[in-house]
Amino acid sequence: MGYSLDFGWLAGATGAIARGAATTILLIAVTTLAGTFLSILGAAGRRNGPLLLKRAIGVYVEVMRNTPFLVQLFFIFFGLPSIGIRLDPILAAMLAMTLNMAAYTIEIVGAGLDAVPRGQTEAALALGFRPRQVFVKIVLPQALKVIFPALTSQIVIMMLESAVVSQIAVRELTYEADMLQARTFRAFETYFVVTMVYLVLSMGLRRLLVSGGRRALGAGVS
Amino acid sequence: MIEFTFWDIVRNLLLAARWTVLLSLAAFVGGSVVGMVVLFLRIAKNKWARRLASGYIALFQGTPLLMQLFLMFFGLPMLGLRIEPWTAAALGLTFFASAYLAEIWRSGVDALPRGQWDAGASLGLHYLQELRLIVLPQAFSITRAPTVGFLVQLIKSTALTSIIGFEELVRTSNAINNATFEPFTVYGLVALIFFVMCFPLTQYARRLEHRATAR
Repeated sequence: MGYSLDFGWLAGATGAIARGAATTILLIAVTTLAGTFLSILGAAGRRNGPLLLKRAIGVYVEVMRNTPFLVQLFFIFFGLPSIGIRLDPILAAMLAMTLNMAAYTIEIVGAGLDAVPRGQTEAALALGFRPRQVFVKIVLPQALKVIFPALTSQIVIMMLESAVVSQIAVRELTYEADMLQARTFRAFETYFVVTMVYLVLSMGLRRLLVSGGRRALGAGVS
Repeated sequence: MIEFTFWDIVRNLLLAARWTVLLSLAAFVGGSVVGMVVLFLRIAKNKWARRLASGYIALFQGTPLLMQLFLMFFGLPMLGLRIEPWTAAALGLTFFASAYLAEIWRSGVDALPRGQWDAGASLGLHYLQELRLIVLPQAFSITRAPTVGFLVQLIKSTALTSIIGFEELVRTSNAINNATFEPFTVYGLVALIFFVMCFPLTQYARRLEHRATAR
């Protein structure tokens, strides 16, 4: 075969790759915080809210789970301006990722809330806690502990899925890879290196979440 | 300038959706075949075979599908294979699916009590017979819900092949959008078509899951 691999371009490309990776990390950090917060509200609303809200959340979850993330992204970035909502690429990406992740984590958080025995709520109410305190201080921490592994997996999946936002010109890792390969004509090598960077990021993210979860939620988190 | 009516848009999208369906089926069938091989390695008695399969699964589950598709698209020509978007898309999704399916089915094999293997051995079955007659049928049956769930994920994943130039639903919708400037309608319709394909399967997976937990 006449093709030989060439990684000579790599020395001049580390800056671009690092910048791209930093943007990817920023995207997933924002998405994790906003998505988890939104899904806690969503899961609580789906259990205790008025009927109309319950229905609306149910429809939202089904629509997001049964359509591709790429189409959701295009809808938000290209579709929303035609009804007057214009977003920066990076804001559109954050919004799409958050809304997509929340649809999955609403179900996960909900399962966690269901797993906390009713007696915990009753005992807290009997001790004079207000309902909101019961939820925030008693039920939620226990629920998060149960669902932590599932939540971690979902965050890692979302990080990998974020490669797609390069399609609306967000300058994250995949976008930088596209630019690099257009300049170096070394498409395979470029995507190979960037794939390995993603692998390291996803393994590192998982480890970070597990150790962070242990610290925040106590032992027994795996 | 060609004028697109609403029905022209719908008709073109539905025609393109055939390719989405076909690609999903090809990847699911291909992924099942390769996934079986990975599963055999993953549960083999040889330690190195198990490690190899674990590494394969970790690699595909730890990197973005988009990168896998790019590597397929740009890597295969280096091996001297002539590559078209369809080949790269089908192969890329096949390997992607094989890793996930192997892992799903392995969880089924692991869930079976040890006694099933012992019983098979005491009946005088050798390893392959045990797998074929006792272990795999049960493992497939208890993992039917996650397998259908993964099929939904696979159908949605075909959207990414538009980026390497395969003419499926999303790529066609991009072209229509560029001609009509009606992104709200076009992408809304694309989402609707995907929803119609995926939602029944999601419901089916949910029913299977309920049946499994009720038992």
